[in-house]
Amino acid sequence: MTRVRAEHLGKDYGGLTALEDVTLTVESGERRAIIGPNGAGKTTFFKLIAGELPPTRGRVQFDGRDITALPAHARANLGLSHTFQRNNLFLDLSVLENVRLAVQHHRQIAGQWFKSANSFQSVTQEAESILARSRLADQRSQLARSLAYGQQRGLEVALALATEPRALLLDEPTAGMSSAETAEMVKFIESLPRSLTMLIVEHDMDVVFTLADRITVLHYGEVIAEGTPSEVRANPMVQQIYLGTPSTLFHH
Amino acid sequence: MSRAVRSPQTWLALGVMILLIVFPRFATSYLISLLTDVLIFAIFAMSLDLLLGYTGLASFGHAAFFGLGGYLIGFMARNWTNNVLITLPLVLIGTGLAALIIGFFALRTSGLPFLMFTLATAQMLFGIAIKWTPVTGGSDGLSGVPRPVIGFGENVFKFGTGPQYYFFTLFFFVVAYWLMRRLVHSPFGRTLMGIKSNESRMRALGYNTWRYKMAVYVIAGMFAGLAGFLFGHFNRHVSPETFYWTVSGQVMIMVIIGGAGSLTGPALGAALVRLLPSYASTYTERWHTLMGLVFILFVLFAPKGIIGLLRRTAENRS
Repeated sequence: MTRVRAEHLGKDYGGLTALEDVTLTVESGERRAIIGPNGAGKTTFFKLIAGELPPTRGRVQFDGRDITALPAHARANLGLSHTFQRNNLFLDLSVLENVRLAVQHHRQIAGQWFKSANSFQSVTQEAESILARSRLADQRSQLARSLAYGQQRGLEVALALATEPRALLLDEPTAGMSSAETAEMVKFIESLPRSLTMLIVEHDMDVVFTLADRITVLHYGEVIAEGTPSEVRANPMVQQIYLGTPSTLFHH
Repeated sequence: MSRAVRSPQTWLALGVMILLIVFPRFATSYLISLLTDVLIFAIFAMSLDLLLGYTGLASFGHAAFFGLGGYLIGFMARNWTNNVLITLPLVLIGTGLAALIIGFFALRTSGLPFLMFTLATAQMLFGIAIKWTPVTGGSDGLSGVPRPVIGFGENVFKFGTGPQYYFFTLFFFVVAYWLMRRLVHSPFGRTLMGIKSNESRMRALGYNTWRYKMAVYVIAGMFAGLAGFLFGHFNRHVSPETFYWTVSGQVMIMVIIGGAGSLTGPALGAALVRLLPSYASTYTERWHTLMGLVFILFVLFAPKGIIGLLRRTAENRS
């Protein structure tokens, strides 16, 4: 079953074309990585799927439904959740409150205006268990602002997961992390249920080849290759655009 | 936590309640009317705090609903009925509807454009109040507004004297404070704080933030309308000045001096801002200057307002 589909998707900024024409299909349960050199249009593509930007042309489908015209919040409610490349957290709220906000919306109690929020214990419990899985339980009462960068990155993913999405869009989940933090994040993402569809935009090739079932390579706003990690690694055109010379990038 | 365990704040609130109830026994009628005025503006300031302090919506036109509440009750009480059971629901519906219409447009913007838009709508209502003389009484406003009555048929009670009207106001102050306190501690209140903290992330989580902002804008408008209703009955007169931008500015100062995002703070801010002129003007003609100085001192040295100072003192003691 097709979970996410982009059809001839494109985006222009004035006269500048950021994304030319991208068609791609992500099956349910698949882990797809989008790679490409700087300026290939990865981030633009990501934002078009997430609903953070409106496309200039083309369509986006989710579970067979056309969501091109839907704003980001409506896509999230259908089960298409996304993280941000730069941490986008509730910095002046506690770590627990960050996750609680995600859970209370998902449980559809965010509009309750009379009962105390603390009386909804199941919401707090669920938020706590999400923090435990994300290894942030000890930081629960700290302000999100005071977390270490890698922990903030973890909270960024935890927030997206707290809405129990069917597809998760990850925008450079390990950006700016140390190699130890990166390894931990990769382990965490690997541990997520196989039923969760993922679309990952990522620079770090080790991360991509560890996590992805299939890889799509963008170049100048177009798809130039698509396949399993080994197919993509063997693709001479990919090697060409990535390093100018074959082989050394993918030193596995 | 057990319900039997009360926090110090709850005890403090109960203490203040008892003081407010016994106060008229020992006070002159002048003091009673001063405190009535403070309670009315406290409701007004707390309603703005829902927008400014909790949701991060800097409305500079909150007087629109205060003035409208006053004119609605002024018009109804002079021409039709002053029975609270009829007039109050209509005032709340009227100001709520006005907030729905103004909010529908104003909330398409944010930040400075939102501030300017709300300011402009309040000034527009001020203009209407001045010009639409047959209904609004023009620049004189509406005078001879009777005090409220409550009851059915023959059994009506009139809140005629100063202390009676004080208790009438105190009742609505307590109900308003209690309802707003429930609201800010509810999941809806958390939603508002999330919007203030990071609206784009709220949308990414699936929140239709526009709907929540509309809801709180209407609620805040209705509470400001309630304050205007009380103010009209209190003065027995409504004037176009209640719409004027200086009123919006004054209530904003109450929220900031008192401490935004705490409800109690803005209520204390209302007390300071309303009481200072009546005391300072006994000694000096320059109370406007004094008020400005107080505001500057707070912004510079106590940005979290009166409530921030109180909390700091409490923490240092313990």
